[in-house]
Amino acid sequence: MDYTLLFAQVLNGLQLGLLLFLVASGLTLVFGILDFVNLAHGSIYMVGAFICASLTLLVGNFLLAVLIALPLTGLVGYAVERVVARKLYDKDHLDHVLGTFGLVLVLDTLAQIIWGPAGITVPLPAWLNGQVELFDGALIPSFRLLIIGTGLVVAGGLFWLVNYTRLGMLIRAGASNRTMVSALGIDIQFLFALVFALGAVLAGLAGMLISPITGTSIGMGGQIIITAFVVIIIGGVGSMKGAFIAALLIGLIDTLGRSFLDTLFALVMSENAAETAAPAIAAMMIYILMAIVLVVKPQGLFPPKVR
Amino acid sequence: MRKMTKAGWATMIGMIALAILPPYFLLTGQAFYVDLATRLVILGIAAVSLNLILGYGGMVSFGHAAFIGLGAYAVGITSYHATWGGFDLIASYNGLLQLILALSISAIYALVTGAISLRTKGVYFLMITMAFGQMAFFLFQSLDVYNGDDGLTIDVRSELPFINLDSPMQLYILSYVSLAVAMLLVKTIVNSRFGMVLQGAKDNNERMVTLGYNTYFYRLAAYVISGVMCGYAGFLLGNFTTFISPDMMHWTRSGELMFMVILGGTSTALGPTLGSSIFILLEEILSSITLYWHLPFGVILIVVVMFVRGGLMGLFKGKGE
Amino acid sequence: MAPLLKVKGLMKSFGGVTATDNVDLDVIKGEIHAIIGPNGAGKTTLISQLSGALKPDAGTVLLNGSDITNKPAYKRAKLGITRSFQITSLVMGMSVLDNVALAVQANDGHSYRFLKPARKIAHIRDKAMENLIKVGLRKRANDATSALSHGEHRQMEIAIALASEAELMLLDEPMAGLGPEESALLVAFLKELKGQRTILLIEHDMDAVFALADRISVLVYGQIIATGLPDEIRSNDAVRHAYLGEE
Repeated sequence: MDYTLLFAQVLNGLQLGLLLFLVASGLTLVFGILDFVNLAHGSIYMVGAFICASLTLLVGNFLLAVLIALPLTGLVGYAVERVVARKLYDKDHLDHVLGTFGLVLVLDTLAQIIWGPAGITVPLPAWLNGQVELFDGALIPSFRLLIIGTGLVVAGGLFWLVNYTRLGMLIRAGASNRTMVSALGIDIQFLFALVFALGAVLAGLAGMLISPITGTSIGMGGQIIITAFVVIIIGGVGSMKGAFIAALLIGLIDTLGRSFLDTLFALVMSENAAETAAPAIAAMMIYILMAIVLVVKPQGLFPPKVR
Repeated sequence: MRKMTKAGWATMIGMIALAILPPYFLLTGQAFYVDLATRLVILGIAAVSLNLILGYGGMVSFGHAAFIGLGAYAVGITSYHATWGGFDLIASYNGLLQLILALSISAIYALVTGAISLRTKGVYFLMITMAFGQMAFFLFQSLDVYNGDDGLTIDVRSELPFINLDSPMQLYILSYVSLAVAMLLVKTIVNSRFGMVLQGAKDNNERMVTLGYNTYFYRLAAYVISGVMCGYAGFLLGNFTTFISPDMMHWTRSGELMFMVILGGTSTALGPTLGSSIFILLEEILSSITLYWHLPFGVILIVVVMFVRGGLMGLFKGKGE
Repeated sequence: MAPLLKVKGLMKSFGGVTATDNVDLDVIKGEIHAIIGPNGAGKTTLISQLSGALKPDAGTVLLNGSDITNKPAYKRAKLGITRSFQITSLVMGMSVLDNVALAVQANDGHSYRFLKPARKIAHIRDKAMENLIKVGLRKRANDATSALSHGEHRQMEIAIALASEAELMLLDEPMAGLGPEESALLVAFLKELKGQRTILLIEHDMDAVFALADRISVLVYGQIIATGLPDEIRSNDAVRHAYLGEE
C-alpha cells in the first residue's frame, strides 16, 4: 500500500471530519438549547459560502473576506431566528422540520436569484495555495492544514464553551427546558437568538472553508445537512463530545472508503466487480455505520443524560 | 346508517371530481391536464401511504421518497436489461413480474430500515429515516451502470394483462382506481383492531405496552405496509414519467411528500389526496409564472406550518367532531 | 401456599440514589397487599420494576414460580400482570369505550377476520361496556376521554385494569386526587373485588389501606422494614417510628 497516499487521505478525512463538526456543532447547540430541529442549517452553510465568495472577489483577499463574512452570516442566522424559527419553538418537531424545509426552499432560491445558478470559484492567495512538506515526501496543501487548524481551534473553543460557561451548563443539562433557563435570570429571547446566530456562524465558517476547494453551489447545503444529521445521530443528539467524535469518524471512514475500498475489494473479487461494488458501498458506508451504531446503541454513542 | 360528516362529503366530492374531470379533459383535447391529474393521483397514493404511519401511527418518516424510487427503479432496471441485455434473471417487460419485484424490494427495505429506525422515536426517528432515504439516493447515484445521477429512460412500459399503460387514459384509470383502493385499504386498516392499537400507541405507548401489546411489532408492520404501498406508487410513477433518476429519492422529495400530508390534513381519509392535489396545482401554477417558483412555494409552506392547524381538512371539521 | 408473585433481592439505583434496596416481597393469590411508605420511598419505582417498565439492577421477580425478571412489559401483561398509573395514563384521543375495548382486545386472542372494523366486534365492545358499568361510567362510554374529569379518569384506569383480566393488578395510588365520596365508592368497589383478583395496592390514604388490605408492607428509603397483618403493622414500633409515628 502507498503510505504517502494513505497519509494524505487520512489528513483529508480529518479535514472533512472537522468541517462536518463545524456544521454539526451548530445543529447540536440549537437542538440542545432550543430543542429546535433546523433543516435550514445547511442552507446557512451555503449562504455563508456565497457571501464569502462574493467578498473574496470584491476585496481580493480570502482571509479578509472570511472575517467580514462571519458576522454577516451571523446576522442572517439572527434574521432567520427572528422571522421564522422563533415562531416555531412552541410547536412540535414535525412543524420545525416542515417550517425549516420551507426555509430551505426560500434560502436556496434566494441564493440562486442573487448569485445565479452556476456557483462561484473562490481563488486563494498565493501563500495558501502552495504545499507544505510535513516530512519526507509527504506533501500537503497548506490550505488544508489551515482548515484542520481552524477546525481544531474552534473545537477547542466550543469545548471551553460547553464545559466552563453558564451557556455550556445549559447544554450539558440537555436543557430544552425554558423554565430552567429563565430561572437563571437570562433574557431567553436574546439568548436563543444568540445561540442561533452562533450556530449560523459555525455553519457559515464551514461553508467558507470548503468553498476554495469545491467552489460554491446551490445544492451544497442540502448535501451537508444530511451528513451532519448522521453525525449527530451517531454521536447522540445534543451531545457536543459525541458530535466531535462522530464527525471525525465519518470524515475518515467516508474519505478512506472512497479512495481505498476498490483496492480492498479487488483482493476478494474480480477487478470488474470491485469497480462496480466499491463506489456503491463507499456511498452507503456512513449510513451503514449509522445503522450498526443504532443497533447497538439506539440513542447514539453519547446519549444526553436528561431528555 | 350514520349521517355523513362534512369531511365524508368532501372526500366523496373530491373523488368524484377526480373520476370525471380527466376523461373530460381528454375528450376536449386537453391532454396536458390528464398528465397533471395522473401525477397528482400517483403522488396521492404515496401521500396516503405516508399518512398511515405519520397520521395514524405517529411515525414521522422523512425518507419515504426512497420507496417511490425503489418502485420506479424496479421497472427501470428490468426494462433496461430487457432492452440492452445483461442480468437475464430480472430482464423483462412483464409488468406483473416488475410489480412483484417493486413490492418485495420495498418490503425488504422497509423491514430492514424500519427495524432499526423504530428502535428510536420522535426526532431521532425522523432524522434516521431521512438518512436511510439519502442512503438509497446515494446508492443509485453511484451506480454507473444505470447512468448514476443522469438517470434512466424507460423505453418500454410495463406490459400488463388487459391494460395498456401506453394509453394515458388507461394509465390514469389504473392510477385512480389504485388511489381509491389505497384510501379504502388505509381506512380499513385504521379501523381494524390492528389500527386501534397503532393509534393507541401513537397517543400513549406506555399504556399500550402495559396492556400487553408489542407496539414495536405493530409499528414495524405498519411501516412495511406503508412502504409497500409507496413502492407501488413508484411503480406507477416510473411507468408514467418513463424517466427515472436518483433525484426521485432526494430528501427534498420526501419533504414534499410530508408537506402534502400535512397540508391536506393528517389522519383523514381525503387529506393526503387533497394535499397532493393542491401541491401539484400550486407547483404547476407558480412554475408557469416564475422560474423561481420555489421561493413563493417555500413561503407558503412556512405560513401553512405557522397558521393552518390540522391541514385543509381541518376546515371541514364541524365543532362536534 | 406458593405466592403468586415472589420478589427476591430487588435492587435499583439511579445515579447513586438507591430507590429499591434489596426488596423481598411475597404476594399471595387472592389477597390485597398494600404497600405504604413516605413520599420518595420508592413505591412507584418498585411497581415499575414489577410491570416491566424499569429493569432492576439485581434480584429476581417470579410470577407463579417462573422467572419474569427479564421479560419486557408487554409479555408480563400477557402473563397476567396489569398496572394502573399514579398519573393518569390513557389514550386521550379515543373514546372512553375504545380505551377499555383495547384492554379487552389485548386478551382476545387472534382472529382471522383481522380487517373487520374493531368497533363493530360485539363481544369486545360488550365486555368493555360491562367493565365501564362496573365502575359507573356507562353514560360516559362514547365521550372523548379527554373530556372526562380527573375522578372519571381514575375510574377508567380501574375499568381498564379489570378488563385486562389480569390475575395480578398493580394499582399505583388509585385514590390520588379523588374527593372523599369518590374515594369511598372506590374502596367499596375494590372490596367487592377481593378474592377475585390479587391486588398490590400502593396508597397514601391510610383509611383506605386499613379498610382494604389483607397484609401490608412498609417501604422506607427503598427497604421493606415490615410486612404483616394490618393490626401488626399498626402496632409495630419500627413502623410507628419511621412512618405512622408522624401523626
